[in-house]
Amino acid sequence: MSAIEPTPAATSVPGIEGARIGVITFPGTLDDRDAARAVRLAGAEAVSLWHADASLQDVDAVVLPGGFSYGDYLRAGAISRFAPAMAAVVDAANGGMPVLGICNGFQVLTEAHLLPGSMVKNDHLHFVCREQSLIVENARTAWTNEFRRGQQIKIPLKNQDGQFVADERTLDELEGEGRVVFRYDGWNPNGSRRDIAGITNDRGNVVGLMPHPEHAVERGFGPASAEGPRAGVDGLTFFTSVLSSLVHA
Amino acid sequence: MTAPASQAPSRPTPAVPRLDTVETAAANPDEVQPYGELGLKEDEYQRIKDILGRRPTAAELAMYSVMWSEHCSYKSSKVHLSKFGEKVTDEMKEHLLVGIGENAGVVDIGDGWAVTFKVESHNHPSFVEPYQGAATGVGGIVRDIISMGARPVAVMDQLRFGAVDHPDTARVVHGVVSGVGGYGNSLGLPNIGGELVFDGSYQGNPLVNALCLGVLRHEDIHLANASGLGNKVVLFGARTGGDGIGGASILASETFEDGVPAKRPSVQVGDPFMEKVLIECCLELFSAKVVEGIQDLGAAGISCATSELASNGDGGMHVDLDDVLLRDPSLNAGEILMSESQERMMAVVRPDQLDAFLAITSKWEVETAVIGEVNDSGRLTIDHHGQRIVDVDPRTVAHEGPVYNRPYARPEWQDALQADSTTAAGLARPASGEELRETALTLLASPNLASKAWVTNQYDRFVQGNTALAQPDDSGVIRVDETTGLGVALATDANGRYGKLDPRTGAALALAEAYRNVATSGAKPLAVTDCLNFGSPEHPDSMWQLVEAIEGLADACQELGVPVTGGNVSLYNGTGEPGQIDSSIHPTPVVGVLGVLDDVSTALSSGWQTEGLSLLLLGTTRDELDGSAWADVVHSHLGGLPPRVDLAAEKALASALVEARQTGLAAAAHDLSEGGLVQGLLEASLRFGIGASVALEGVTGRDKVDPFVALFAESTGRVIVAVDPEHEGELTHLAEDAGVPVLRLGTTGGDAVVVEGQFEIPLSEAREAHEATLPRIFG
Repeated sequence: MSAIEPTPAATSVPGIEGARIGVITFPGTLDDRDAARAVRLAGAEAVSLWHADASLQDVDAVVLPGGFSYGDYLRAGAISRFAPAMAAVVDAANGGMPVLGICNGFQVLTEAHLLPGSMVKNDHLHFVCREQSLIVENARTAWTNEFRRGQQIKIPLKNQDGQFVADERTLDELEGEGRVVFRYDGWNPNGSRRDIAGITNDRGNVVGLMPHPEHAVERGFGPASAEGPRAGVDGLTFFTSVLSSLVHA
Repeated sequence: MTAPASQAPSRPTPAVPRLDTVETAAANPDEVQPYGELGLKEDEYQRIKDILGRRPTAAELAMYSVMWSEHCSYKSSKVHLSKFGEKVTDEMKEHLLVGIGENAGVVDIGDGWAVTFKVESHNHPSFVEPYQGAATGVGGIVRDIISMGARPVAVMDQLRFGAVDHPDTARVVHGVVSGVGGYGNSLGLPNIGGELVFDGSYQGNPLVNALCLGVLRHEDIHLANASGLGNKVVLFGARTGGDGIGGASILASETFEDGVPAKRPSVQVGDPFMEKVLIECCLELFSAKVVEGIQDLGAAGISCATSELASNGDGGMHVDLDDVLLRDPSLNAGEILMSESQERMMAVVRPDQLDAFLAITSKWEVETAVIGEVNDSGRLTIDHHGQRIVDVDPRTVAHEGPVYNRPYARPEWQDALQADSTTAAGLARPASGEELRETALTLLASPNLASKAWVTNQYDRFVQGNTALAQPDDSGVIRVDETTGLGVALATDANGRYGKLDPRTGAALALAEAYRNVATSGAKPLAVTDCLNFGSPEHPDSMWQLVEAIEGLADACQELGVPVTGGNVSLYNGTGEPGQIDSSIHPTPVVGVLGVLDDVSTALSSGWQTEGLSLLLLGTTRDELDGSAWADVVHSHLGGLPPRVDLAAEKALASALVEARQTGLAAAAHDLSEGGLVQGLLEASLRFGIGASVALEGVTGRDKVDPFVALFAESTGRVIVAVDPEHEGELTHLAEDAGVPVLRLGTTGGDAVVVEGQFEIPLSEAREAHEATLPRIFG
């Protein structure tokens, strides 16, 4: 490897000027600054939202970032889902606003019943941090429309309670309705049912996944890619996808 | 959840207990006190009496005993640690904004940015209760960094355990690794590297050192002191409980207070969620400029924080213990003063800013209580239940404790150990290609040279989005400025086996390797932190090792021009009979070096990702195998002298590497150390799955060594560099101009490491050997 060029902000998406994407911070949230950076690199404005504030400040989309909100005490996401901001997120999501839940954010979305299923401790009982390959199963959601179905992408994964579980009927429904958005490729890092890494709601505006797209948005700081060590930027497509979905909404 | 400052903490209201007050102490001078059980020597106890002009109260005795402990007072190492300061030249101070003596040193890295970093030990608690011991070790060093006004941005952990096959090792390994991960991951701090060593000398004395790096602007530096008459002393964060009291529970046997609780755990229990909230809360307090200074509560809890703040300030301080928010209302005064409950901070706040301060702690739902005030008495006074239980000069508690010049002497066994070299012992050396191949694979799979992924995959290295390099690269690299790419590299090192053979050289070698590791990433080394892990200072053998190591390190720092900015000393790491060769751990001076890069995106990885690059070897190889991984793994032998240190050569090498990175000539660089050249080639090839083909004739011819020595010697000052063939000539000239010997080894490519005329190891076989070891042992 030699010098890695910094990634310029993607400004090629037409009509996104002024798009505002909110990033909620709960006590114990860790990846909020990273998510805001990803939003900026995609060309939108990142708006910090505080869990105790019921207003979403007229944002166009919301990201629930990763972390250990309330220390994962009781159960991951179980306390955060009662935050005033979450009531606003549930209403907005039901009205069609794009919502992305990453890791702990995904756990909050399931606790808030915006997405089905739940996450339990990894089957091997250890925290796991790795560069994870995923297969995109649904490229029609608000957050994945710039991927191709079947595309292999690589973004970081890091979790303690990442094993996605649901009853068989729910899993069949998710599969039947094309609501499995990502599947783990190769090794299933946490024992998730049917290798599911991410899912969406029936409308396709709410997406939750365990791996972390916001950690793969800048050359030099992401996972390894054919371009070089830490050169992977597959995560940026989540954020450019939502901008184009806002344009076409 | 927030208790306003004015609200008294809830607690049962017992009849006013009979306290050991200042008045009582003066009236009953002959009362027998358990100073011995608290770790104080008779003369130390007498000195306290002389200072006070009376016997101490129970609470004062608690404070003095814990503040005068080795851990808090550095009483055995202080006279020698001063050498770090004496050896710092004005030139070395150029980048130093805050030096030794504060919570952590602060280094100027340019453009108005500064970084603060420090490594600390949490060894003994981690043996008793590995998970909590390691977790709170991380928590403690992170709070030190916050106290300086910095945002913590990365951690590293330096771990040493007993033999892998000892029945107790897995207990400690599992607990420590999940403790470091469980706490650090929950704080959102990337873990960018560290050390992992297994050796029988650490059986029963595991070493858990943790390093934290923080970032701040020059103008945001805060020093903790209690100045300003009338300023409020505020305790915030977790409530004070009965954990981590250690020796104070002995005081409970003194029936000076009714309803004393049963013995409590002496190891602290951590709550990383609380700490994460505290980080954000403190940063907001600093940024709103509503706080004069913040001191973290670590060892010795409130005793330490109040006496240090008051001692560093210009007046005195009064504290009312009734205002301390308690988890357990039955705690007595000594216990409240000594409790090491985690996630607590003490702030000094101007009265007119108190409301703004409380608004911020309330926003973060952090419990806060005003417990005292800065005054002009020159004394630290503490009341409990309306009675005066402490009245001391804070300096006598915090900074004027006993200082010992302990006897030390070169151990009787040292000469015999050094005489028992690998040659004198007649250790059989592999010679044929097949023997060399088998030896390389054996070392690659040995626990200390095997892949550490089983550990590092349990740590988050991505959070915050600024990690440019992390394990298994030679150093961790973190971006500081997102617009310019300015950032820092950090590496730590200590080879206890070298330290055992010669502690003076061992310490210099630790510095040399950490310095080289920072330089291989292309960073310019700037400053040093150290954690000196040694045996009992009361044994002349261990004391000699400590003194030798400090002098060796101080001299080496001066020669390399990098100052020690802070650190920690951990003594009493030994359980054997005094005077025996195995009475304590290998002397383990963990040395951390920090370097700066103008653009972290150009940092050099330790592996090559491209075929067809030229491989150059920088540095000279000598027949240096005493104390080596080969001697240890293959022959279980430790004897002789460690490799020579040539600091001038290290300096030249580092400057060549920095220039190679800046000019964009080098593609990758990997330091050669334990396991020698062949281990380095295998690691760099495995990094991205691109092999290498090398010939040894250049080395064997120039350096007059045989293929075994060329492959396995641990001579210092060596690095392999991968370079585009187009730039090979230029890079060679650059190295030669810097005075660094350089020769061509071969090229990258293929799916094996090929040593021409000797052997080849397919990468699949190497990967299996390298990666299977730790999962097989620890699952």
